[in-house]
Amino acid sequence: MKHFILIWAGLWRKRTRTILTLLSIVIAFLLFGILASIGQGLNAVYTHINASELFVQNSIAMANGLPLAYLPRIRKVPGVRAVTSWTFFGAYYREPANGLTMFATDIGALLRVFPAIGMPQDEREKATHLRTALIVSQRTAARYGWKVGDRVPISSSIWEKKDGSRVYEADIAGIMDLSRLGDSTFPEAFLQYDYFDQARALGNGTVHWFVVLIDDPHHATQVAGAIDALFANSAYETRTVNISVWAQNQIKQVGDVQLISRSIVGAVLFALLFLTGNTMMQSVSERIPELAVLKTVGYSGAGILTLIVLEALLLCLSAAGVGLTLANLIFKPFAPIFGEVSLPLPVVLGAAGIAVLLALVSGLPPGWRAARLSVVDALAGR
Amino acid sequence: MKTLQCMAAVVWMNLCALPQRAGTSLVMVVGIGGVVAVVVAVLAMVAGLVETMQNKGHEDRAVILRYGSSSETGSWVPRDAVPIIMDAPEVRRDARGRPIASMEVVRLVRVVRSRDNTVGTVALRGVGLENAALRPEVRIVQGRMFRPALNEVIVGQALIGPFKGLRPGSRVTTGRAQWTIVGVFASGGDPHESEMMTGVDTLMSAYQITDPNSIEVALKPGAFRGFVDTLSGHPQVHLTVMRERDYYASQSQAVSQLLGFLAFLVGSVMGLGAIFGALNTMYSAVSTRTREIATLRALGFGPAAIVVSVLVEALLLGVTGGVAGAALAWLIFDRVTASTVSGAVGTQIVFHMAVTPGVMAAGLAWATALGAVGGLLPALRAARLPVATALAAS
Repeated sequence: MKHFILIWAGLWRKRTRTILTLLSIVIAFLLFGILASIGQGLNAVYTHINASELFVQNSIAMANGLPLAYLPRIRKVPGVRAVTSWTFFGAYYREPANGLTMFATDIGALLRVFPAIGMPQDEREKATHLRTALIVSQRTAARYGWKVGDRVPISSSIWEKKDGSRVYEADIAGIMDLSRLGDSTFPEAFLQYDYFDQARALGNGTVHWFVVLIDDPHHATQVAGAIDALFANSAYETRTVNISVWAQNQIKQVGDVQLISRSIVGAVLFALLFLTGNTMMQSVSERIPELAVLKTVGYSGAGILTLIVLEALLLCLSAAGVGLTLANLIFKPFAPIFGEVSLPLPVVLGAAGIAVLLALVSGLPPGWRAARLSVVDALAGR
Repeated sequence: MKTLQCMAAVVWMNLCALPQRAGTSLVMVVGIGGVVAVVVAVLAMVAGLVETMQNKGHEDRAVILRYGSSSETGSWVPRDAVPIIMDAPEVRRDARGRPIASMEVVRLVRVVRSRDNTVGTVALRGVGLENAALRPEVRIVQGRMFRPALNEVIVGQALIGPFKGLRPGSRVTTGRAQWTIVGVFASGGDPHESEMMTGVDTLMSAYQITDPNSIEVALKPGAFRGFVDTLSGHPQVHLTVMRERDYYASQSQAVSQLLGFLAFLVGSVMGLGAIFGALNTMYSAVSTRTREIATLRALGFGPAAIVVSVLVEALLLGVTGGVAGAALAWLIFDRVTASTVSGAVGTQIVFHMAVTPGVMAAGLAWATALGAVGGLLPALRAARLPVATALAAS
């Protein structure tokens, strides 16, 4: 494009100013990318699980628990394919600082309900039948140097044992390969429920929640309703929701994260508008004589306007692209905490839209002025 | 002395000319102002949370939990340990010689947020008969106190706005029973204002339990250490004792740290962007003044005067931005209600964002730093302008 040379020259007229403006826009979109990724990362905590999973907890508060005896009854509800119970352990290894995301469950049932958990067949057999079985993720085993067959002491900050201690001695029966499940969001350890339940002093016979796999995601609402109806007006009423609904609610507990990040992004973009608007205005007013020459040579007013706006677009879009790419790169090392996050398409499109808007708002007013230049006055410097 | 006079003259002359560069100067002010507004807002959340959770704990009150428990909901104190605690000589007694202590049970109630109908959990605390002596700061502001042995509760006033259906006359369900809300209480803005209260015996019978979650006692002034020693003389009861303020602080630690980290992260990233904007402004200012600076140098003003004038301009713009940003944050966010979770099970705690003088000072300090960094390089460039070529520049 022959016009491209003009646009390029216009941009690099004052190198320092252009570079600094570019850097500011890059930072702004880097922040936008980071906040969007954090928001998506928190949401992604359970989105690796598909819509065929329901989540049954005590209707008042999860911590109140549900009787394990509910499990066979839930299993018989039409549309239910499989049920597994999870009880939060509050686990740590030797010191409270070494926390583990661990649940007590029927390990055999768990391995059948989640076939995506990778484990050799012999370890599966052992984990299913061993009374004191503990299975851990590959990453956890690597962190503490555990191997199959090790006896490890796991402490619970919640469940005191009948003998007054908090330490449960368990045997590592298998190592889980969680790569197909979203490595960092699935729990890292499971203890055999029967062993746990017999040893603990309180809450015997109860669990924290049931994970229910259903045949058809389209029937999720009906099955959920049927499960809750089974236990309505009982001592432990249930509330069954789809897992992503539950996850989003958990995040909302901490604070209105979306509102906070949107406000920050809004403040940043507002300041950025001033910056790019000022840059474009300065750039155009310095070039009035040159733009007048262009008009003399034959460029129409609309042509000049287009040149200016394209210059602004090139500035904003390229800087936004760099900023978002950087945000993506920055999140690679944080993947263990937030899970595998990359910017989803709607976020990228949103950022592009904002960049275009920024370019238009900062480029149109000076471009309009330039388009309506009276050639004679401009050349004379009036 | 003469050098200082020269500097002052150049600085003053520069500042008088500032209105000519209003456009670019505004860019720096708005940029830095935006950063400060955001940083102050996030720090105000931390300050507000600390204010509620850490500063309200009473000096001579202790919380007794099971050894190894980090919060009341994960703790239980066996009934036979209760007399050992109550008989300790360090516990304050009322006029009739009874120990001022309360056996407490905490259970959870589901509540619905007014703003978006999402669900949250708040604590229902069963308190002993000595609660009035233990917590004299609790006052009924609406309705009346709950009566013993009846399923009646009072609600902390912090819960009334953010959550629905909690006014006197409404009902809540927990422990397989319906409870009637008969009153609203205030307790000086401490975490209990985000809770509901009822009698401990009523709550224990509703949940069919006999052991409390915790014991709260009033101690004689300065008797905390002695109390800890007395209890450690009974190792069979497996207890841990904390000052009330330390207990509250531990419950909110995770959230406070998260917010502090967020303030640092956002403040740094935005700060970097603001620095680029500030550099832009200051380089532009120096470039506009090229002839003027060259003239001053030719006249004999030293480079130091030029550097100082640029730095003063940058600092002034930065501080203006900082003041504007802090003022904006104060106008919008001070005393705004926010809620988050605390403790092991994540019960809601309602608090107010506090744009304190300390928080605003932190914001201003950040603005000054940004202004200084933004002005330094351009100032050095200005000092090193080659005089002859600069005078000839158009």
